[in-house]
Amino acid sequence: MNRLIATVVFAFIAPFAQAEVLRMAVTTSFNNSGLSDVLLPQIKADTGLDVQLLVVGTGQAIKLGQAGDVDAILVHARAAEGAFVAQGYGTHRREIMFNDFVLIGPSSDPAGIAKTQSAAGALARIAAAQADFVSRGDDSGTHKKERDLWGDAGLDPDRFGAWYKEVGAGMGAALNTAAGLDAYIMADRASWLNFANRRGLALLFAGDAVLFNQYAYLPVSDLRHAHVNHQGAMRLERWLTSPTAAALINGYQINGAQLFTFNAK
Amino acid sequence: MNDILSGLQAAFWLVVQLDADLVEITLRSLQVSVSALAIACMIALPLGTWLAVQRFRFRRGVIALLNALMGLPPVVVGLIVYILLSRSGPFGVLGLLFTPTAMIIAQIIIITPLIASITHQAMRELWAEYHDLLISLNTSRWQRVRTLLWDGRRALLTAALAGFGRAIGEVGAIMVVGGNIDHATRVLTTAIALETGKGDFALALGLGFVLIALAVSVNLAVHTLSGTERGSRW
Amino acid sequence: MVNKILPLAVQGLHVRRQGRDILGPLDLTLDATGFTMVIGPNGAGKSTLLKALHGVERVSAGTLTWSAPDDDVHARQSFVFQTPVMLRRTVRENLRYPLSLTGVPKAQIDDRIHHWASLIGLTDHLGQSALRLSGGERQKLSLARALITEPELLFLDEPCTNLDGRATRDIEILLLEAYAKGTRIVMATHDLGQARRLATDALFLVRGALRETGKASTFFEHPQTDELQAFLKGEIVE
Ligand SMILES: Nc1ncnc2c1ncn2[C@@H]1O[C@H](COP(=O)(O)OP(=O)(O)OP(=O)(O)O)[C@@H](O)[C@H]1O
Ligand SMILES: [Mg+2]
Repeated sequence: MNRLIATVVFAFIAPFAQAEVLRMAVTTSFNNSGLSDVLLPQIKADTGLDVQLLVVGTGQAIKLGQAGDVDAILVHARAAEGAFVAQGYGTHRREIMFNDFVLIGPSSDPAGIAKTQSAAGALARIAAAQADFVSRGDDSGTHKKERDLWGDAGLDPDRFGAWYKEVGAGMGAALNTAAGLDAYIMADRASWLNFANRRGLALLFAGDAVLFNQYAYLPVSDLRHAHVNHQGAMRLERWLTSPTAAALINGYQINGAQLFTFNAK
Repeated sequence: MNDILSGLQAAFWLVVQLDADLVEITLRSLQVSVSALAIACMIALPLGTWLAVQRFRFRRGVIALLNALMGLPPVVVGLIVYILLSRSGPFGVLGLLFTPTAMIIAQIIIITPLIASITHQAMRELWAEYHDLLISLNTSRWQRVRTLLWDGRRALLTAALAGFGRAIGEVGAIMVVGGNIDHATRVLTTAIALETGKGDFALALGLGFVLIALAVSVNLAVHTLSGTERGSRW
Repeated sequence: MVNKILPLAVQGLHVRRQGRDILGPLDLTLDATGFTMVIGPNGAGKSTLLKALHGVERVSAGTLTWSAPDDDVHARQSFVFQTPVMLRRTVRENLRYPLSLTGVPKAQIDDRIHHWASLIGLTDHLGQSALRLSGGERQKLSLARALITEPELLFLDEPCTNLDGRATRDIEILLLEAYAKGTRIVMATHDLGQARRLATDALFLVRGALRETGKASTFFEHPQTDELQAFLKGEIVE
């Protein structure tokens, strides 16, 4: 009974009894890569910051920053990032690294995208074959990117037939769906490499420059939200752009493949 | 079938190795759900009993409301709590969003109507049985509620266990208000959602089996304890 | 015992349920002493009358004028229901319950529990759940639970229905002892022999109406109405 009371009491004081905490909203794709598991312990050791990650879609990450519920965001949606800073929610935008998107599909590749030269060409073939395609449909950075690519190919996803399936879910859930349906899907490389339930899916197309995906770090403005840990956010930025971070990011591999390229200036 | 086997295997290894992360999130699951349950019971048990005993103008309305609240989708509760606790919401200054406290608050809102409703059902029957006697003995309202709570404690235990089951297995609301932050607000259910998202079904199922085992052992423990109590007293 | 809550004057007592007259309207006085028997066929309204006087049945009209303030009145009377209500507790806790509600000193409580348990022959069952008692044992327990607070007024609704001859006699002895100590008793019964044995006065109810009242001697020996005459002879009265 005493223990029970202790637990109950602890539940209420716990939030106030922690080390210096920094809350950062990151995208699902970043977290699914597993890179954070490498970076966070080193950040803790070097800066003493206890970085708590809120893993959400880009849209929600930006909302969290606007509401002041996090101290910084790490996302990949260029236009939205610009607006975030312009409206005064973020103090500035700092590029950290990039990774790339890849096109996944059934290994039999019924639409024949493996041999195309460009991402736009590959998508055009999928549309022409009306092969099943799973879209995130959750207004995330990845989803926005995918819609842009359809646009580049001169196509409008809103007019697609039943073969185009918007699942409104995160990367992992969308990949699960694609695996279940044996459908094409666009994913970030990290999520794909870490994805365990591949079944008949295979990586079919990658390497087009338009598929590169820039991550940027944006500290939330302490002018708008006086309570945010801006000091901590600045310390984290110094660390994220340091040679230590560069070495860890460039050195992070899954199955021998490098996922991210450090490009902070 | 293969998935289930590898899930069982994963669960087995997690438990055998007493995986540090597993222990941590299991304890946090318990901490959040038991805290929520304790507070919800303090509200719901007297409330449900009082609704059985007391006639007043809006009684039917309150009962209907309780039953309706019981069906509230947890995500909606989560969303409302989220908006209230957000820094830009009315209770933002408390800085509770993305803490275990926020998860406890959401779970209290989810399970209180359930416990109160089950309590009310059980207490209504007991009250029908006791009504004449307790009125005859000139008991005060509070004495009536206390007598019913005490003599109906087995039914209340069932209500509490139902609440616990709902709390420990809940994911929608605590995902939203807790944020599923590693080493801060990650619990069994949100970890399962995360691993499912990564397509790691074996680990997700393993965690699921741990969750089931936890729920079952809490139920068994409670029933054994109340069973021995009955053995010695009755 | 000095009876402070009686006499009781009842005027225009009327119980209606679902548009039907169940009892009354009737006038009646309960004196400070006496052993009143309420008799009448099934459904006559005996239970309803007792419960209405005791205050557990909502009355549709009428006034009850007691000789003491309301709080005292309700604290100093007990009721033994036609179907015994057992608390889901041990026999001991059933006996303790009414004492714990009143200001009986803790030291006295256990003594009283043992005293009453032995009077009703349930000493060996004290630690047992009341729900496991037989029908007759339940009736005895609910009688003991009613008498343990030494009420000034005791209502009994057919307390001996399930009892054998010997148990009936034991209970009659308990009732007469309580009566001798000053407890005012009002009791409904179908046992006319018991009514004759115990009553100082009696009421005859048919279809909710008070047909005849009087001292026991005249009531049983020289009934005024044809209906009571027939009823006492054992004929069917409806
Ligand atoms: N709440 C109620 N609603 C409708 N009718 C009721 C209600 N309570 C009692 N009655 C009716 O009132 C009548 C009197 O009931 P009561 O229990 O007082 O009879 P009784 O004289 O005690 O009969 P018995 O000898 O069988 O115990 C019965 O016909 C019963 O059905
Ligand atoms: Mg009756």
